[in-house]
Amino acid sequence: MSRGNGPERAAGARWRPRRLIGGLRTRLVVTFVVVALISAVTATALAYRDARTAVLQRTQNTAVNDLRKRVTAVAADFDLPPDQRALSRLAAKVSDGIGARLVVVRYQDLVATSDTLADTRDRISTELRAAVHTGKGARFQRVMWRGEPYLTVGMPVAYADGDRRTSGLEVYAITDLRAERDDTAALLDSVRAGTAPVVLLAAVLALLAAGTVLRPVRKLSRATRELATGDLGSRVAVTGHDELADLARTFNETADALQASDAELRDQEAKARRFVADVSHELRTPLAAMTMVATVLEEDADQLPPDAARAARTVGAETARLSRLVEDLMEISRFDAKAARLNAGETDLAETVRASLALRGWTDRVRARLPEGVRAVVDRRRIDVIVANLVGNALRHGAPPVTVTLATVTGADGEWLTLEVADHGPGLPPEARERVFDRFYKADAARTRGAADDSGQGSGLGTAIALENARLHGGTIEVADGPHGGAVFTLRLPARRTEGGAG
Amino acid sequence: MVIIGPMPHVLLIEDDASVRDGMELVLRRHGYGVDTAATGEQALALLAEEGGARIELAVLDLMLPGMDGFEVCRRIRARSATLPVIMLTARGDDADIVTGLEAGADDYVVKPVTAPVLEARIRAALRRAEPSGQAREADDLAGLVIDRAGLTVTKHGVPVALPPSELRLLLELSASPGRVFSREQLLESIWDHTFLGDSRLVDAAVARLRAKLEDTPGKPRYVQTVRGFGYRFGPL
Repeated sequence: MSRGNGPERAAGARWRPRRLIGGLRTRLVVTFVVVALISAVTATALAYRDARTAVLQRTQNTAVNDLRKRVTAVAADFDLPPDQRALSRLAAKVSDGIGARLVVVRYQDLVATSDTLADTRDRISTELRAAVHTGKGARFQRVMWRGEPYLTVGMPVAYADGDRRTSGLEVYAITDLRAERDDTAALLDSVRAGTAPVVLLAAVLALLAAGTVLRPVRKLSRATRELATGDLGSRVAVTGHDELADLARTFNETADALQASDAELRDQEAKARRFVADVSHELRTPLAAMTMVATVLEEDADQLPPDAARAARTVGAETARLSRLVEDLMEISRFDAKAARLNAGETDLAETVRASLALRGWTDRVRARLPEGVRAVVDRRRIDVIVANLVGNALRHGAPPVTVTLATVTGADGEWLTLEVADHGPGLPPEARERVFDRFYKADAARTRGAADDSGQGSGLGTAIALENARLHGGTIEVADGPHGGAVFTLRLPARRTEGGAG
Repeated sequence: MVIIGPMPHVLLIEDDASVRDGMELVLRRHGYGVDTAATGEQALALLAEEGGARIELAVLDLMLPGMDGFEVCRRIRARSATLPVIMLTARGDDADIVTGLEAGADDYVVKPVTAPVLEARIRAALRRAEPSGQAREADDLAGLVIDRAGLTVTKHGVPVALPPSELRLLLELSASPGRVFSREQLLESIWDHTFLGDSRLVDAAVARLRAKLEDTPGKPRYVQTVRGFGYRFGPL
């Protein structure tokens, strides 16, 4: 259940899906394309407007000038009032002179058109006629007729003499603007054709720009994740001199500092542990001599005066205690130095537990429920250490009856062997439950010290060593309250039935 | 068991004077004759002397200045194939234990050791070296002749010198050819260890025995392994 969680979480951190929406790359591309589009459209719109205005202006000027010159030239020898034929001739003459444009000449109710088949009514608006009729100069208007653009220029013909009165003669010329319209339309088309590649180019540029920004960012982010998952050697290559390079440099410096302080801490810890191991080792030689001769004192204690006898027995008992403490310190040092090795073989657990109890004379004080045939690949010495510690604690701190129950449990995380040691004492307070596996932790110091029961008397390291032994087997020890009070310690070991399955 | 004649004589090889004196004191109190040596060289010299022959067992500290305990053990074995050797070692120094057993030690005790434990081990080792008092009989097992009363082994007529632990192991296994003995059974019957003894003692003795008996120790004929259970003699 919770065992597989760690690696999975680490893998999750490593393999984050690439962001598609809302990512830096998308944002950059969209921005570039929008900017390119706005620039293209704005430039096109301005250019188009100016070009169109210029073209039209020129066309208008040309049309007005041409008409004026032609009318001046032709109308000089024109007699008023004209008849229809003269008017038609005039229209034709004017039209000839200005490139065969459609020309309409009016005099009061008479109307003549250079091309008699053309329909001119809708192309000469009443507003234009009114303006020409009342005004003094040339007037023009752009009109749409049958979907095509035309420029209609109109002007009154004035008498050449003195006060320049209007003669009542009006000349209109209709210029076809389709060529001009096509020119400006072609401009629009070419702009439209040019916009697509520009936008594409912008997108490509944006992708390149995003790449140059994102590559270092991605490298940095990978390095950060590695650092977060404990790989303190993770660094990024610094290239260039931009802000991202600065960031990468800062990251590397931070990682350097972190690695250095981590190494220093580990070094200090290793030194402290080595010191404990060395001290224990040094204590062992004098202890070996003391342990050897202490028995002599104890054997002869009965023949000594009472005070000396008590002293001799105390020396014997405390030497044994010191011996256990040093042994336990050395044992825990080996776990710390990862030097503890499993000497495992296929074992009948019920037999092992029974032997542990019998060896310490606990068989009659413990209710053992040990089903036969529960076999596992374990280190019997280490299992004995665990059983001795758990049962010893239950006997010392808990109230009888103490029960030891061996069972096989199949859970979601595989098959486990459990050895449950329960007592019926007051149980452990919650804060003690958390710390019971800490080194030198004693839930009730006075009681522990007071219980001079020699066999397996704790050094304060027993539970910590028991837990380390369980872990060495790939198992654990859990502590809880029993259903009817009392503390319940449960050793859980993975069930490995075949020999050679243990490392 | 009654020991007749002079008290057993033990050689203590230990560099620390206090530990050495403590052991000597305890062993003398319990009736042993004791010779002591502070170094391996001194011990080997003592064994080579005329009086060296009276020594029946050596207690050997592995951590010695100069020549280390393993080398001393190998040299003792080279001189006398049958002298029992008990190593003094630190618990958990597993590599030391294995190397020491390979070098030919019969048993080991962990320092600091109490007097009763040391004495019990010495007694057990000496008992292994005693003649069993059985009727004189010699088994001929496919070229391997085991004289149970005289405690001699010959293979195709050539004597094979065996230290007590290996000899006892061979006697125990060959007494019931084909029967499987667990390591725990062998530890209890041969080494007098409790149920929680170190089964590597058995494995090491088997390995040493095979090296001396088998034509190809990798494919043993006489002492065969029964995986997951233990050892048996044969079937030949």
